[in-house]
Order: sequence, then structure tokens, then C-alpha cells
Amino acid sequence: MKEKARLVRRHVIEMTCAAGSGHPGGSLSAADILTALYFRVMRHDPEHPEWEGRDRFVLSKGHVAPALYAALAEAGYFPTEELLTLRELGSRLQGHPSKGKLPGIEMSTGSLGQGISVSNGMALAARLDGSDHRIYCLCGDGEMQSGQNWEAAMFAAHYGIDNVTVFVDRNHLQIMGDTEDVLSIEPMEEKWAGFGWNVIVIDGHDFERIIEACEQARRCKGRPTVIIANTVKGRGVSFMENNPEFHGKCCSDEQKGVAMSDLEGCL
Amino acid sequence: MPVKKASQRSFFGKALQELGEADESIVALDADLGSSTKTSDFAKVFPDRFFQCGIAEQNMMGTAAGLAAAGKTAFTSTFAVFATGRCWDQIRQSIAYPQLNVKIAATHCGISVGGDGASHQALEDIALMRALPNMTVICPADANEAYKATLAVASMPGPCYIRMGRADFPIITEEDAPFEVGKANILRKGKDVTLVGSGQMVSLCLEAAEMLKGEGVAAEVLNMATVKPLDAETLIDSVERTRCVVTAEEHSVIGGLGSAVAEFLGENGNQPMVRVGVRDSFGESGDPEDLMVKYGLTKEDIVHAARKAVARKQKKKGFLWRK
Repeated sequence: MKEKARLVRRHVIEMTCAAGSGHPGGSLSAADILTALYFRVMRHDPEHPEWEGRDRFVLSKGHVAPALYAALAEAGYFPTEELLTLRELGSRLQGHPSKGKLPGIEMSTGSLGQGISVSNGMALAARLDGSDHRIYCLCGDGEMQSGQNWEAAMFAAHYGIDNVTVFVDRNHLQIMGDTEDVLSIEPMEEKWAGFGWNVIVIDGHDFERIIEACEQARRCKGRPTVIIANTVKGRGVSFMENNPEFHGKCCSDEQKGVAMSDLEGCL
Repeated sequence: MPVKKASQRSFFGKALQELGEADESIVALDADLGSSTKTSDFAKVFPDRFFQCGIAEQNMMGTAAGLAAAGKTAFTSTFAVFATGRCWDQIRQSIAYPQLNVKIAATHCGISVGGDGASHQALEDIALMRALPNMTVICPADANEAYKATLAVASMPGPCYIRMGRADFPIITEEDAPFEVGKANILRKGKDVTLVGSGQMVSLCLEAAEMLKGEGVAAEVLNMATVKPLDAETLIDSVERTRCVVTAEEHSVIGGLGSAVAEFLGENGNQPMVRVGVRDSFGESGDPEDLMVKYGLTKEDIVHAARKAVARKQKKKGFLWRK
């Protein structure tokens, strides 16, 4: 899995450099979570992306589409060569995920704060259909400033939706700086617990902890689970780590060389 | 003979319940207004397929999108102001863009909401919904059409917006009259002017046509129940004969039926046209009938507009409006 995560990270750098834009920082912080989901946790079949019994993944923080595309390609949903078409005119790899364009994309996202609501709807449909598949949703931490998340949090707890697992990619940085300086989202744990959720806090770069937390979420009945994953923005690329500058900017040719060499070996 | 009136909301509620009986994939979502929007009928019979979302419309639309993405046909219902304005971005991003099967059934449209005042009188909702790609916009003329429109949208793919009133509207269409999404119906034939109405204004167009008859003007009345996609064919057929048009809607003149017709004729014709609608203003509290008078939404306003349109047709050129 570490090797897969390394490949996902390398793809993220290559894709955003080829596109000349995109969001590498958050893509790198979320890379290990996505890798764990697509290579260990989720029940899915890249050969049959519309299989009804599949687990669903909703990327609420749609701007880290490069990491999702990289994970999907590595999993076999489409050829990895296509990754370099990111953001090109006519490409299936839109700047933010677009449902229906690319296999494996369950929902169009990009306007923040909407993924948990959508996941809840998918979860209710699974309940109505008597299916045991699960819904995974990945949110950003800055995204927690959006009110709709808390409407959705209240709703999921009220309906005892226990087939949804939400990840908060807690990398502490958003465009304008530290989340606590921009608009404080803490205390995260208490907020979610107060809304009636099962809260698990982990190191979001530790595969064992990610997998174990998802297993705990699966066993938790009658209420939804949020996994607050402490991560490092830009993880794996020395000059991007904890640097808000690379939230929505790709690196220069020179920086790309450094980044790719940083991503030569396993982290 | 007194005009028979009926509630569009009640007929919508009845249709929704029937849909629920016929099809297990129908689900309904409410934002604490089910007793007014009449989704409560469905809720009583199908509690497992009804989701009370509370006063949280953004989450309601997102949840509906998720249900639809998983194969359900999701009806969301609330007042038109909240259904469109409060959660426009959710509708755009999570429903219209991915083309999901969410049917937004909005009630309490227009100025005839009455006493609640401007905050609750949706006069921009058609504009908001019409601007969205993939969205179908329907404004049924009466309760019979609200019933038929509800059934119709359930069996067509993609997002739809159905706009209904609060008050009881006159019944002007027969129970067995045809109703097809995207198809206008000619309710009265005439050769001098085409009156294109939507919602309860269609009944006022019919009354206006009767008044115009007394002046020797033969008005044709089109019920443009589907505002988007506009039935251009029926519109052209009529306007080719009458050579002038009046639109009438209980909505702002900006972005609604009048705009849709003007956009089409501006690019494809040169016929004089006058819009009846709310002139770029908010409403206020009052008795619905008094409000319709104050905001220029009466049969007399339609007659006046028709006279202007006919006069311009006869004059042939020049502007009516000068500073």
C-alpha cells in the first residue's frame, strides 16, 4: 500500500504540473486515506464500476480530484496515461469531479460542504434497498466552516445512519492560512460528538490506523462515524509540507524535480 | 355560474401518494412544511420512504441528490422561495450538473401568497431554475395540471421544478385533457393577439380574451405550462397568425415566462410583445386579490397589454417607450 500511495503522490505532482494548475497540497494530505480506501477498505470492482453492491466514495473536498483520479487509475478504473489529461479541454478528468464523465466518480463535487448530505442520501437508499454497502465521504477541514455539513451531521444522527463514514482531512491549512486563524473549527471532536457521531481520531498517514478506524466504524451501530484524520498538507514533498502556498498551485519545473526525487522512495 | 376552484397543493399531494403506491423507488423529503405542501399524505402511508429534514433545505437537496444517485426518484417539497433561493447552489452542483432524478415540488409561489409578505412571495424562482442547464420548469395552470405534472415528471429522467400556488386556483382544464411536458395547449383560438400564460395567469388570460372579444379583438390563449423547455413550435404557429404577443405570469418580468418568450422571439421573430408580470419589485403583505391588482396581475392588465401589442402591430415600427 505504501508503494501505491507513493505512486498516487507522484501522479498528483505530474498531473498538476502537466495541467499547470490544480490542488497538490490537499491531494498529498489525503493520498494515504484514498489509497487505504481503494486498496484495502472499500468493496468495489473497477471492471464493474456500476455494480449495485459496491461501496460508494464521495469526494466532498472536490478540489483534491487529482489524488482521487490517481487512486482510481491505479485501481484500474481507467488507464494511468489518461491522468495527464487533467483539466484539458475534452478530458474526462475535469478540474473537479464530474459524475457520469469518468468511471468511479459517484458524485459531482467542487462547491464545498455538500458531500455529507449526498452520502446520507446514498446511505438511506442502501437501507431502503436492504443492501449492506457502505458510503465513504472525504471532507476537508476548512470545509467544516460550511453550515450544510452541520445540517447533514444533525440529519445523519437523527436517522441513525450507520453506513456512512466521514473522513475529515485535518491538515490544518486552507487557502488563507491556518484554519484556526481563518475561522476556528475546533474543538472538532466535541462538535461531532455533540452532534451524536461516533468520533475516531487517527494519524491520517498511518495505514493500519486508517483501516482499523474504518473497521471500528463498520462495527458501530445506530450512529454515523467520523474519522478525524490528522494529516500534513503537502505530505511527502519537502517544500510543500505545511505550506499553504501549494493549496491551489502547482510547482515550477525546478520544484517538480525536487518533488519527484522526494517521492523516489517510500515515505 | 360560480367558478370551481381547487388547491394545486392538494392535487400534488394526491398524485405523490399514488406514485408512491405504484412505484417503490419514489421517496419524498420535506423541510418542516409538509402539512402545507401536502407531502404529509405520502408520509402517512409510506413513513419509510419519507424523510423529514427539518428547517435545513440545503441538506434536503443534497440528501435527495444522494437518494437519486442511488436510483430513487426523490421529490423534495417546500415553499418556492426556500426551494430555489435558499439552496440554489445545492441544486446547481448536486442535482442539475449530475442530472439527477430530483423533482422539486414548490408551493406558495408568487404574490398571491398574501399576508406572509415579500419574504415568502417567490417572484424570482422561475428565473433561478430556468437558468440551470438540465432543469425542466413547469408551472401548472390549475389543480388538474398540478396532478398531471406530478405524475409526468416522475416518469421522465432528470431534474424538474414544479411551481404551485398557495391559494385555490380556478379549474380551467378538464381532468382528461392532455398534458405533456414541453407542450403548450391552445385553450382558445383567435387571430389578433396571442396571450401566453403560465400558472394561475392562464385563467386570467381566458377572462381577458372574453373582454377583448367585446372590443372586437380575437385573442388566442396558450397555456405554456412548461416554461422550460419552451414549446417554440406552438408559439410560432400561433404568433405567425396573430403577429403579436402578450405574456402573463405571477413572477417578475425578469427571467420568467416573459423573458423566455422574448428571448425566443428576439432571435427568431420580430413580433410586438408586451409582458404582464411583477415589474422588478418585491411584494408585500395584503389580501391576495388586492395584491394582484396592486402589482398589475389582473385580467384588465392583460387586456391593456393586448391593446398595446395590437397597436404596435398596426403601427409597425418605432418604439413605444421614450425617455
